[in-house]
Amino acid sequence: MGGFDWDVIRRSLSYLFLDGMRFTLTLTFLAAAGGVVLGTGLALLRLAGGRVLGGIATGYVNLMRSLPLVLVIFWFYFLVPYVGQWATGASRPVQVGAFASSLLTFTLFEAAYFSEIIRAGIGSIPRGQMAAGYALGLTYRQVMGSVILPQVFRTMLPVLLTQTIILFQDTSLVYVLSITDFMGAASKVAQRDGRLVEMYVFAAAVYFAVCFGASQAVKRLQGRIAIIR
Amino acid sequence: MSYNWNWRIFWSPSPEGAGTYWDMLLQGLLTTLEVSVIAWCVALVLGCLMGVLRTVPNRAAQAVGTAWVELFRNIPLLVQLFLWYFVLPEVVPAGFGDWMKGLRDAPFIIASVGIGFFMSARVAEQLRAGLGALPRGQRLAGTALGLTVPQTYRYVLLPMAFRIILPPLTSELINTIKNTSVALTIGLAELTARARAMQEFSFQVFEAFTAATVAYLVVNLVATLLMRWLERRVRVPGYVGA
Repeated sequence: MGGFDWDVIRRSLSYLFLDGMRFTLTLTFLAAAGGVVLGTGLALLRLAGGRVLGGIATGYVNLMRSLPLVLVIFWFYFLVPYVGQWATGASRPVQVGAFASSLLTFTLFEAAYFSEIIRAGIGSIPRGQMAAGYALGLTYRQVMGSVILPQVFRTMLPVLLTQTIILFQDTSLVYVLSITDFMGAASKVAQRDGRLVEMYVFAAAVYFAVCFGASQAVKRLQGRIAIIR
Repeated sequence: MSYNWNWRIFWSPSPEGAGTYWDMLLQGLLTTLEVSVIAWCVALVLGCLMGVLRTVPNRAAQAVGTAWVELFRNIPLLVQLFLWYFVLPEVVPAGFGDWMKGLRDAPFIIASVGIGFFMSARVAEQLRAGLGALPRGQRLAGTALGLTVPQTYRYVLLPMAFRIILPPLTSELINTIKNTSVALTIGLAELTARARAMQEFSFQVFEAFTAATVAYLVVNLVATLLMRWLERRVRVPGYVGA
């Protein structure tokens, strides 16, 4: 390892982080936020949406969870322009940017995983709380919104955050669309300067540091917010 | 949608020479299955070893197990495959590195090993959870009977832990199958890569991806059913779930 060239990393730091990592983090946080909202909706549909809507939600979640993310990324990349054309009534497939396309993909894909977490969380709340809510005269909407869901988000926060760390790792797969996320930036520099070893080892170290640090923080958080019953 | 559907495209000859697009996809499916099986075996062997190491009464062994799990769990699979494929041949002695680069099946071997190592961290975590779920008395009872630590694991703890963790292992098996698609980035011609190639040659993008989607659904369904059958065969009488 005598010939390890630190300089290529130093020279490309601003490109790696200001272009690459910023894309990765923005994508991660927006997709996680959208995924939690949509996932909560899917979970509620499965629990109280009736046979048709509940069935559709179940089918959607199972479909997404059965497919490899790479295939889903390709599906959306090619499908979104056609759907956009159909939705806007344009005469040609609508061109969607790389960021919008991957944000839509990750939001819709992760929503399936988040919905399973939320559903498990709702299932862990004692049934009596629901009944108590109704006995107080609250409507379904009020019981869910003010009694059940706040507890679900609190108990499931560590799991939701862990899933977000996985999402952060998964965003590296936008590489298959040649998008400049952190990994894409690293591989572009690697190929341009012929410095594969340095760039890929550095990328691995950065991913490791971020994910390890974040999961240790989640572990500490878990101990602090657990509801003692 | 202004898209020209043409489902007969599967029976057109593919430009790769050998057979139709259908044959091409089938070949990809076969590669996906082969890599999945090898990677799953690697993951089970290493995962069980590391999962046990994390629970034995020995600080050094626990540290090795923990380091293994953290290392392979906190780096994205894509990056891990790149490390195996691009970086490893450069940092090992030159002769060995050249031999690695010259391997004809390098993507296949590296995908199997790389995905196996990646998944082994998850298997180890599941096994550790399973061992942790056993009543503490079982380990103590083993010791009281005069069993050594390896014997306690072999005859008391592991037979129970494996049965408890079969359902989560089913999801990890499905994850292994799905993760093989990441290996298209190192040039492995598995199912997703073949569907993508078919799209590039024929422009029939949605037919190609639909075929791949259906294939993944069927494979996952079969894997799930097999694991359910196994769960029923080895369930522990008297447990909840049984």
